[in-house]
Amino acid sequence: MSNANTSPPAGPGPAGGFFSSNPLLALILQRILLGFVLLLAISALLFMGIEFLPGDFAQSYLGQSATPEAVANIRKELGLNAPVHERYLSWLGGVLQGDFGTSWANKASVSEQIGKRLGNTLFLAFWAAVVSVPLAIGLGMIAVHYRNRFIDRLINVVSLGAISLPEFFTGYLLILFFAVNWGVAVFPSTVFADMAFTDRLAAIVLPCATLVLVVLAHMMRMTRAAILNIMSSAYIETAELKGLDAFRIIAKHAAPNAIAPIINVVALNLAYLVVGVVVVEVIFVYPGMGQYLVDAVTIRDMPVVQACGLVFAAVYIILNMIADVLGILANPRLRHPK
Amino acid sequence: MQMIKAMPWSARIGLLGVFIFLFSAVFADVLAPYGEREIVGDVWEPSSAKYLMGTDNLGRDLLSRMMYGAQTTIFISAAASVLSFSLGIFLSFLAAVMRGWTDQVLSRLNDLMMAIPTLIFALVVLAALPQELWILVLVMALIDSTRVFRLGRAVAVDIVVMDYVEAARLRGEGRMWIIFREILPNALSPLLAEFGLRFAFAVLFLSSLSFLGLGIQPPEADWGGMVKDNKDGIIFGVPAALIPGGAIAALAISVNLIVDWLLNRTSSLKGGRGDV
Repeated sequence: MSNANTSPPAGPGPAGGFFSSNPLLALILQRILLGFVLLLAISALLFMGIEFLPGDFAQSYLGQSATPEAVANIRKELGLNAPVHERYLSWLGGVLQGDFGTSWANKASVSEQIGKRLGNTLFLAFWAAVVSVPLAIGLGMIAVHYRNRFIDRLINVVSLGAISLPEFFTGYLLILFFAVNWGVAVFPSTVFADMAFTDRLAAIVLPCATLVLVVLAHMMRMTRAAILNIMSSAYIETAELKGLDAFRIIAKHAAPNAIAPIINVVALNLAYLVVGVVVVEVIFVYPGMGQYLVDAVTIRDMPVVQACGLVFAAVYIILNMIADVLGILANPRLRHPK
Repeated sequence: MQMIKAMPWSARIGLLGVFIFLFSAVFADVLAPYGEREIVGDVWEPSSAKYLMGTDNLGRDLLSRMMYGAQTTIFISAAASVLSFSLGIFLSFLAAVMRGWTDQVLSRLNDLMMAIPTLIFALVVLAALPQELWILVLVMALIDSTRVFRLGRAVAVDIVVMDYVEAARLRGEGRMWIIFREILPNALSPLLAEFGLRFAFAVLFLSSLSFLGLGIQPPEADWGGMVKDNKDGIIFGVPAALIPGGAIAALAISVNLIVDWLLNRTSSLKGGRGDV
């Protein structure tokens, strides 16, 4: 995803156009365009890929004992008889207008469901991010400050362990202790439309904590590596020799230069948050996109599967795109055209 | 023996952990006190001398199921990792050797696949395909091979420009010779560490899929599926679901400890490029 970073910025050519005087803008536009092309390609992959896979949906929809007439009727009803590209274009057209079609299972509007559930999922991911990002960066800085000493090693070992914990282990462990044994948290994390904000927050405490634990370790280790990389440069040594105290060096000299890699790590993990939410939602019976997708996959409700897949991919790609753009912006070398 | 002596304690713990899991998986048929699908007691009995880990949601012995589950989980994950490695390495080396449009097509296709989150990709594909074991392995391998491809290409591109590859080319060796006799032996050590990581990831991935009900189908025992079977017990304070969950974590941690050591060893050989 870092193509845009490696391609050479447009120099001041003889033509001297708009983009050559604004290499930064050109890079960013290029990156955003790439994101949209990627998204379009993925929508095609999601739609066509499923078409070319073996297995007849009408057949599996009706079960093994279906009569050929019944299968033909269903195919007609679901609109499976039109050629693939025609159906793809009409599907894409609908998607662009916010219409994801209707579910095969209950004939309900997919967009309506997604509208409700995407909000819930983003709410959960947002709070997990609010907690985990400052915590990870803070812990990363502490680890760098005490590098190779006991605290750093402790953080290192604990985070290596935490990376290996599957979401369902952490999740059920939290449920067992906090909800069942001590009764201080709520399970299952049901939320509904006209719920008070504080109740809603109380309901997501445990899933949120699970997500934080899942991404925290990774984010912290990468932050540590990024800052450590910078701590070995010459200007840090200068700062040390000037007699500045350690936290000032980390905060004022190292951190600004570590911003680009840290932004990258944070965005990657946020993208992971939105996706890792699938398992967490199932654990905590939380009515979000992940639960919706898993339910749809189980009953092979293809319009829902395609819609959820596309929404998840879009969130993932957009977050990655933002990371790249912020990375470009954070690089002072690209900010001033020569 | 010499190698084990030179290992740090963390890698030794990892090795011991992997050995225990492998041992109980391979000899499950001999070691397991009860059958895989045999109902031996009441539902969710606590651990006792008769049932060391207690019983599960149907009254099957949890320890026996853990052993048979280790068989399924480790075997399927290993099969998927080996397949993804063979595919990823071959294609990435091919891209590095051929350059030009082959490289472009393979790399851009890989970028496209990597732009879709793995679990979402797997869920969408498994929704469309029939539920069979070999399909599951194939899907896991294909998705994972994108990560291997990225690393393999990065490693191979560095090696392709070496003098000995040039010498082999001038000698008139074929493409396959260059891939398997020149590049592969020299790329093996960083790739070995990656294999451990991919295997740990495959265990977690397979377990997540099974947990969601889309991986290995019951009544076959596998760790992720056992978490799913026993999750309702949590509400009554029965920790049966945590045992397979903990086993997955323990196996992943053990593998990670070994990988950590391997990475440090290879990076110190190259003058310390690691830790980034």
